[in-house]
Amino acid sequence: MIFIPLWQRVLVVLATVAAILFAAPNLFYDRVERSNDARASIAEGVTAPELEADAALWPEWLPSGLVNLGLDLRGGAHLLAEVQVTDVYASRMDAYWPTIRDALAAERDTVGFVTREEGGDPSQLRIRISEPAGASRAVEIVRGLAQPVVTLTGGGASDIEVTASGDILTVQLSEAERAATDDRTVSQALEIVRRRIDEVGTREPTILRQGADRILVQVPGVGSAQEVKDIIGTTAQLTFNPVLQRTTDPEADPGAGNVLLPSLDEEGVYYVLERAAVVTGEELTNAQPSFDQNGNPAVSFQFNPQGARAFGEYTAENIGEPFAIVLDEEVISAPVIQSAIPGGSGIITGQFTVEESTELAVLLRAGALPAELTFLEERTIGPELGEDSIQAGQSAAYVAMVLVTLFMVASYGFFGVLAVVALVINIIMIIGIMSAIGATLTLPGIAGIVLTMGQAVDANVLIYERMREEIRRGAGPIKAVQEGFSKAISAIVDANVTTFIIAAIMFFVGAGPVRGFAVTLAIGVVTTIITGVFVSRLLISLWFARTRPKTIVV
Amino acid sequence: MAWRLRLAPETTNIDFFRLQYITLGISAVAVLVSFVSFFVLGFNFGIDFKGGTTIRTESTVPVDVGAYRDALDGLGLGEVTITEVFDPTFDADQHVAQVRISAQEGQEAVTPETIAAVETALQQIDPGIAFPSVESVGPKVSGELIQTAFLAIAAASLGIGLYIWMRFEWQYAMGTIVALLHDVIVTAGIFSLFQIRFDLTIVAALLTILGYSVNDTVVVFDRLRENLLKYKSMPLRDVMNLSVNETLSRTIVTAGTTLLALIPLLIFGGDVIRGFILAMTLGVFIGTYSSVYVAKNIVLWIGLPRGDKAKSSSNKFADIDA
Repeated sequence: MIFIPLWQRVLVVLATVAAILFAAPNLFYDRVERSNDARASIAEGVTAPELEADAALWPEWLPSGLVNLGLDLRGGAHLLAEVQVTDVYASRMDAYWPTIRDALAAERDTVGFVTREEGGDPSQLRIRISEPAGASRAVEIVRGLAQPVVTLTGGGASDIEVTASGDILTVQLSEAERAATDDRTVSQALEIVRRRIDEVGTREPTILRQGADRILVQVPGVGSAQEVKDIIGTTAQLTFNPVLQRTTDPEADPGAGNVLLPSLDEEGVYYVLERAAVVTGEELTNAQPSFDQNGNPAVSFQFNPQGARAFGEYTAENIGEPFAIVLDEEVISAPVIQSAIPGGSGIITGQFTVEESTELAVLLRAGALPAELTFLEERTIGPELGEDSIQAGQSAAYVAMVLVTLFMVASYGFFGVLAVVALVINIIMIIGIMSAIGATLTLPGIAGIVLTMGQAVDANVLIYERMREEIRRGAGPIKAVQEGFSKAISAIVDANVTTFIIAAIMFFVGAGPVRGFAVTLAIGVVTTIITGVFVSRLLISLWFARTRPKTIVV
Repeated sequence: MAWRLRLAPETTNIDFFRLQYITLGISAVAVLVSFVSFFVLGFNFGIDFKGGTTIRTESTVPVDVGAYRDALDGLGLGEVTITEVFDPTFDADQHVAQVRISAQEGQEAVTPETIAAVETALQQIDPGIAFPSVESVGPKVSGELIQTAFLAIAAASLGIGLYIWMRFEWQYAMGTIVALLHDVIVTAGIFSLFQIRFDLTIVAALLTILGYSVNDTVVVFDRLRENLLKYKSMPLRDVMNLSVNETLSRTIVTAGTTLLALIPLLIFGGDVIRGFILAMTLGVFIGTYSSVYVAKNIVLWIGLPRGDKAKSSSNKFADIDA
């Protein structure tokens, strides 16, 4: 008798049953998907009879995980964006300028008049002082304004570097501060991209940080990469700036430290604004569509405490003056400050429709991108191409299955049938595990499963060949089976561990479809050991227990 | 005795070293030719590695490559390649072409304007044309992808070498790595020689070939280690021959089932992954050959310590089986 401990028998049977349960939803893909979507909506608080009906399409007590189809199978857009982290250096310098100007102005006796040099590297602030003799004192003052860098590693470093040459002071971010800023910028951009895509409500987008300054965005089901880019918006920047002048001359010279920007809804109107913003969109905590006192659509907003303080101080000092709300280098509106706004909440009015005010609120709530994104890689795959690929993969899989079955039965007779049963369980397990962990199936992934069909029977082949050898040496049936398994196991394990190493490397190095392939390959290795060794042995032992053969022919 | 399909006789006694100079010579020449091809012909890199844009077009009207070319020539896009794609899985009125535009000079990122211009130009000759996929890769990313591809193959070979060293002896690890590199170089050489498009999925295929080939090699080595303990006085060369002969039937059956799975994919899997499957199919042949003719020959050349020093044999995993 071939002895297999009870716990092992139970475990093998349980694993097989679980695999079948977890793989089953994929047979009813559309149905389960509709049911899952409906449940997700209901969980969010939406209720409708159709949703309830859809939710009931699949019984709740059954596993409802599905294999995620990759972009190459479902269709959709894939984008790789690089965050232009250096953009932030310039705005940081712009923000520093008023503080530095005020600090130096207080020491006018030693440093003389202070002017900002325009042009040159935007990530540097170049300041001319009229008394070169006071340069060292000026450097000292500016250094006194520096803040410690907020990082885990950059302890003690300060955020700016100040150097003087003649009457020119150069201020720039320090190395440590740049690194810290870069990291913050990318995480902010990532968060904003995620929020914007979520606002639109597409299904299961993938938004990941890649490397130091890149963001990977995958959105299934959209028609083109351009649509995703429009949603993300490449330069949405919201700022509140002081207005110096309103003009109709597009060629007007704004003067040093100022910018000339067009109005969004008034044709031919331009505003001269101070470049340094009072508050930026990053300090917004909330924005929602509302109506002004005349019943016109508007957007109300709320700042965080920091923003509220800055906004409150500015409005208190500038009652009666206009200030501009700037989005994407366009002035949305330039209302006159009626009174100080201390609480940090306010309202944007303009010539909006309700739709526009809603859209603007979404844009504001999602925040402004801290820096521009450039797209390094864009791929759009149409859903039809994906369907063709699934079709092609499926028919290839069926043909492969039939061929492998015929071949195994022809080569090993009844034992070949057992190997094929183990193989079928193997494939069910791969699909079951992929559904349970929500892994993504790609076209190369389908190829990986088909390849597994070819390679999984290798474990059986190794065992059967050993059994044949043992029989040739005159071993009885039970000894042949036992020796066959115990001698083949070392080769089976070595062969599968090496494949697993490869799959792991592919997973960490590869991206997209290649990664999908690595996942199926790795899962295939695990299930191959389970089915090739444990399931096969259980099947053989059951057969032995029933028929008690005197001789076996492998 | 019931009938069984036998691809190899029950017992074989082939001297796999008889032709060792010829087989190793063939391998050496193949590797050399591959290298020459890498430098002379280079690769027909896809956009993953070269940067640029590919647009797949699909229409019910037959593709007129000349008309496409005329339509796109006026756009000043630099190098444009247009190829019609044929595939047995296509319907009778499904006509597919691939338009490839090289990376635009001096542009780091991809421009949607270029793509839009191409699409409009093609729509003018064939209003019913559809674009099932549009893919663009900037030159910055493609440069890095080449690097990562090399790294991946090197890391995989190294990882496998370390594992084999741990489980066997360093001599086996050397033999395995040489055989693996042989397989990857020759497969890549075939892609270079025939200028078959080489993209990221081909690298995945090459890695899979590594996995398949090492699989085959390990089975032979495993038997070799076992036989070395069994036949302590038999010359190494004879033990190796015996081991390869004993595992020959398995080697052929496994190659057979793998090919039986791959060939339907090659025929019915569609043109999108044909290159990927082709690389794997080639790899099965080359990998099988190398585990029989290359890996063990290297071990024979280096020589193996016999006797007590050898690591204890196959029963390391026997307890799994208890």
